[in-house]
Amino acid sequence: MYLSTVSRPVTDPPAPGRARRGLALVGGNVVALGTVSLITDVSAEMVTAVLPLYLVLGLHLSPLAFGVLDGLYAGTTALLRIIGGFAADRFRRRKLVAGLGYTLSAVAKLGLLLAGRSVPAIGAVIAVDRLGKGVRSAPRDALITLSTPPEALGRAFGVHRAMDSLGAFLGPLVALAVLLAVGQSYDAVFVASFCVAALAVVVLVLFVRERPDPPGGTGDARVSVREACGLLRDRSARRLLLAAALLGLATVGDGFVYLLLQQREDVALRWFPLLAVGTSLAYLLLAAPLGALADRIGRLPVVVGGYAALALTYLLLAGPVAGWPLLALTLTLYGVFYAATDGVLVALAGPVVPARLRTTGIALVQTGQALAYLLSSVLFGAAWQAWGPQTAIRLAAVAALGVLAVSVPLLLPASRLVPRRTAR
Amino acid sequence: MTPLTTRAKLAVVTAAALLLGAAAAGYAAVAAEPARTPPPAVAGTVTLDRGPRLLAVTDRHVSSVAAADPAGPRTVASTECVRVYAAAGTGVCLAAVDAWTYRLLVLDAALRPTRSLPLTGLPNRARVSPSGRMIAWTTFVGGDSYTSSGFSTRTGILDTRTGATVASLEGFAVIRDGRPHRGADVNFWGVTFGADDNLFYATMSTGGKRYLVRGDVAARRVITIRENVECPSLSPDGTRIAFKQALDGDPAKGWRLSVLDLMTMRVTATAETASVDDQAAWLDGRTLAYTLRRYDGRPDVWAVPADGSGRPSILIPGAESPSPLT
Repeated sequence: MYLSTVSRPVTDPPAPGRARRGLALVGGNVVALGTVSLITDVSAEMVTAVLPLYLVLGLHLSPLAFGVLDGLYAGTTALLRIIGGFAADRFRRRKLVAGLGYTLSAVAKLGLLLAGRSVPAIGAVIAVDRLGKGVRSAPRDALITLSTPPEALGRAFGVHRAMDSLGAFLGPLVALAVLLAVGQSYDAVFVASFCVAALAVVVLVLFVRERPDPPGGTGDARVSVREACGLLRDRSARRLLLAAALLGLATVGDGFVYLLLQQREDVALRWFPLLAVGTSLAYLLLAAPLGALADRIGRLPVVVGGYAALALTYLLLAGPVAGWPLLALTLTLYGVFYAATDGVLVALAGPVVPARLRTTGIALVQTGQALAYLLSSVLFGAAWQAWGPQTAIRLAAVAALGVLAVSVPLLLPASRLVPRRTAR
Repeated sequence: MTPLTTRAKLAVVTAAALLLGAAAAGYAAVAAEPARTPPPAVAGTVTLDRGPRLLAVTDRHVSSVAAADPAGPRTVASTECVRVYAAAGTGVCLAAVDAWTYRLLVLDAALRPTRSLPLTGLPNRARVSPSGRMIAWTTFVGGDSYTSSGFSTRTGILDTRTGATVASLEGFAVIRDGRPHRGADVNFWGVTFGADDNLFYATMSTGGKRYLVRGDVAARRVITIRENVECPSLSPDGTRIAFKQALDGDPAKGWRLSVLDLMTMRVTATAETASVDDQAAWLDGRTLAYTLRRYDGRPDVWAVPADGSGRPSILIPGAESPSPLT
């Protein structure tokens, strides 16, 4: 296999000690960022796994009040994500902004200790944690795109997302081990989670490298607000944003998918949490292969395949298949959807935006998707209420295919920007 | 500054990992729960037979006190429950299997389990119908995904005579304000039973509002009655409902323990001004018992008159989940 590229790519040597065959094809910076994500997700999922236990059994709070503020937080996070992305571009400190995001989330773990039984304080700590997640993802993804030759981006994102979800997979197990070791001390889990998150920041500081803007950029002038706003006037960037937001409309949310599956199959309620595990297992295993496939056959076909898998998932939930085949098929297809779209879409989008505005561009795309998803989940809830779940999910399938049909022409120019990796 | 060599970086990371690992382990060693002190042993056994005693959970163990002297000597059983309730010699106990899983036990008068059901989520409420035949429970389910902090509830009902189980009330038909209602966001919690083992009341939330609903187990249906009523508890004579009323309709501001007269639909606030997050228990036709927590989370059982008069007072110190043995 050789690389056929137009320009000579800026590649890193593989990170020492980690350079196994599969990873060797991915830059060292990507492996470093993947490692940071892996460790951070272990930390994050440790807390996610014990937070309900802590709130309900440790503090004896009624946690239903916590969901209320979700919408407000999502809006604030969206705004700060874009500001963070712009700052990363303006000062060319993507690593610094990403590091700040990781640090915020790490500190939030300790905040849980200090919040005590105060509901507003716990809400604020959760908001800070989420803020950190919002701020770090765009500069992190921008660093991946800037550290990888364009034709290998699919694989790079695939490997990164696989490492990320591996961490998410391990987190609950680590939390369980800590709880088994210390009894019901949730504090110990939070402190351990903080220590794990702090280690991720250390790895980031030491091993992740800031990429200088590639030669051929527009000189040394700082990115201005004007220039960033110009991104919205640029035709290709605007089409990309529109497509990303439209595609975001196709997702109704994990909660609804699992709820429907549980209702259809009368899955014993105690197995309910395992539905998410099934999906993330498929995601974890397929992210890297599908990313590599995207480099070979083009990103757009893989993204289209991913959304087709999503539409098929919806149809299955309304369709004639039942029993274990339904469960296995649905969870696998839903995992395929994530593996084929989450990283691949950024791989597709990244090269459209000039390198000096990359973080801002990716932040805009991710924010557009997040806000669209918020809207679609509200709409889906309304459809469920008006016409019942079966009609609602059929409508969602039609909507997914509809937005896909509109988005493909919008994404076509972007997909032509990327040279394909050809085999032999 | 000269850049570190890879070897030096790996050394720094290893040192950081060891240091952070030691910090986590050190904290865990300090914070680890000391071996649980066995509850004070008092002669006698806890039974659920009817009598002038109160049932409660003391340090995670089922315990009972004399109704005439609730702060006095306490009998503690070896049975462990997070929440307990009993009526007519039948008990319900939400018990931990491990840190993550809980089960529901139906207990006979001698605290022997007669039935066991696996639970989804974390135990919250439990009730037995006045005849001892029907059992209801509520658990919290949530936190499955990183991006969502939303929680939902699961409320189930078990008929101990037929063994029929309703795993979740979400399967019941809902009539809201006179019209059929369906929504993916429907949640139920806090069931209380009527004397006929079929009628029940509960809280239902949908669209950001919380309703008192009247339910019919046989017809698998609930009807909304009134807004902003949570965790109902039907009085022994079936005419009033004690409940927690969100201040200004906003649960984030806390709850006032109140009583709704089902004939007049008038609400009377009790003299308890602290926020009560509990499903109260009627000790008799006049007095409510409920759990309040101190700043450090330690519980006490309090009592207050149901008619809005008098003052709240501590009933059973260091206990939670009160239930009369009627």
